[in-house]
Amino acid sequence: MSELSELYQQVILDHNKKPRNFRKLETANHSAEGYNPLCGDQLTIYLNLEDDLVREVGFEGSGCAISKAAASMMTQAVKGKSKEQAEHLFQEFHSMVTGELNEETEENNLGNLKIFAGVREFPVRVKCATLAWHTLHAALNKEPQISTE
Amino acid sequence: MSTGTLSTLEPVISDTWDVARIRADFPVLQQTVNGKPLIYLDNSASSQVPQVVVDRGSIYLEQEHSNIHRGVHYLSQKATTAYEGAREKVKRFINARDVRECIFVRGATEGINLVMHSYGRKFIGAGDEIIISAMEHHANIVPWQMLCEEKGARLRVIPMNDAGELLLDEYDGLLNERTKLVAVMHVSNALGTINPIKEMIAQAHKYGVPVLIDGAQAAPHMPIDMQDLDADFYVFSGHKMFAPTGSGVVYGKLELLEKMNPFQGGGDMIKTVTFEKTTYADPPNRFEAGTPAIASQIGLGAAIDYLNSIGRERAAAYEAELLRYATERVSAIEGVRIIGTAKNKASVLSFVIDDIHPHDIGTILDQEGIAVRAGHHCAQPVMQRFKVPATARASFAFYNTKEEIDVLARTIERVIEIFS
Repeated sequence: MSELSELYQQVILDHNKKPRNFRKLETANHSAEGYNPLCGDQLTIYLNLEDDLVREVGFEGSGCAISKAAASMMTQAVKGKSKEQAEHLFQEFHSMVTGELNEETEENNLGNLKIFAGVREFPVRVKCATLAWHTLHAALNKEPQISTE
Repeated sequence: MSTGTLSTLEPVISDTWDVARIRADFPVLQQTVNGKPLIYLDNSASSQVPQVVVDRGSIYLEQEHSNIHRGVHYLSQKATTAYEGAREKVKRFINARDVRECIFVRGATEGINLVMHSYGRKFIGAGDEIIISAMEHHANIVPWQMLCEEKGARLRVIPMNDAGELLLDEYDGLLNERTKLVAVMHVSNALGTINPIKEMIAQAHKYGVPVLIDGAQAAPHMPIDMQDLDADFYVFSGHKMFAPTGSGVVYGKLELLEKMNPFQGGGDMIKTVTFEKTTYADPPNRFEAGTPAIASQIGLGAAIDYLNSIGRERAAAYEAELLRYATERVSAIEGVRIIGTAKNKASVLSFVIDDIHPHDIGTILDQEGIAVRAGHHCAQPVMQRFKVPATARASFAFYNTKEEIDVLARTIERVIEIFS
């Protein structure tokens, strides 16, 4: 099951078991709900955006290991970044998991998010990995709800 | 007979079912997936097609095809004979009284929509009630919701217990003078429950209420006898019973069909057409506008022949044994919970694992060549009732084997290992 181990790496399993920033943010001034109707993943992203910086971020919801781990690592990646940097990371993450960006050879800011590169081999699961990012994008742009249909 | 080790729990009954010979009838089962033999346990979503059915469809397209019903030439008569011959096979398959009671549609969903439009929109009005059950597939919920919204009618829902069995006392309580239709499924695709529809139909008939049965999950597994059940409408899909996609049937009692409005308008469903007035054809043609999926329905006829040839009772007994064995193996795994534990079940096994999402279960099983369905199974209310976001569902047909169930159980254990 070598491809499986690419998808379900220890780091991902760890983030699924102990998701970071897994809480509702009382000080949130931006939030959005994301829903993956295909498999029932459902996330809410909370942001505290001040002076164009992501000061605090939290998430709630239920879903598969990929969606939860992706959300957890996303919150770590965007905390303290500017809105523009967060949007840029969204684009890069999306490009990586859809096979448009080679994270090893092309310039990028993905850092440890590269661990999700393995999702490329499981096209059905790409929407699980990108749900949190689509929802983040919606929250940053004040859209209340998105669906990855 | 087969390769690999057999379980010591092998019962006597499966010796009468030559599963290796049956499997040889289904070429699709010979392939490998991710380097492993395909283990196809997604039959509730769609079943596989035996070679004889493939061949019948090919022969039709290679040698017999033309448009049906009005041609005066040789090929059109040949095609018409094959198509209407398939209708005759359906009539015998379900023991309908009259071949005109068998309408061809592309599947159960289209069938239910046909009854909603042709019967529901004519005979159901403001203040009326439609009873469905809490375990329905969206196909037997949404059309009725649409009708209720259009007409100002009300949807009532028969509840179920934690085992996934309908509460029949509550059903009785829901029937009243405003009830104009009962629509329930024969077998649940999410839970496997076999509902006591004969009794439920009799109960509705006491109040003069007609009943539609969604038989999509029943037709593949058990004989369905319209005279015995006395259903007013019964729908099923070909692709769930070893026939090609695009085939399916609505059965309706002739006296009802004769009163009903057409479904779609167009050619073939008319008697005469002028710009001032058009008159409609009699059943079944009234409900079959346009050129039908001729090849698919002929394939359905061939699938019926195949099912009759293998022995339906023995197939059902074998499936029951598969279900028993799978339930025993899977429920013994710690952390696994079976969803749908009715006393009377078809060979469907839905399960969840503590803290592991069905989507992850499905992906890992897929890596071992095992095809199951992970999701809400077009039954979101069922998921909500059992407080799960989704389930993983293994659904068995008479070409599955105990060895395949062993691999399923082992791989579920592997899933738990990965996540621990």
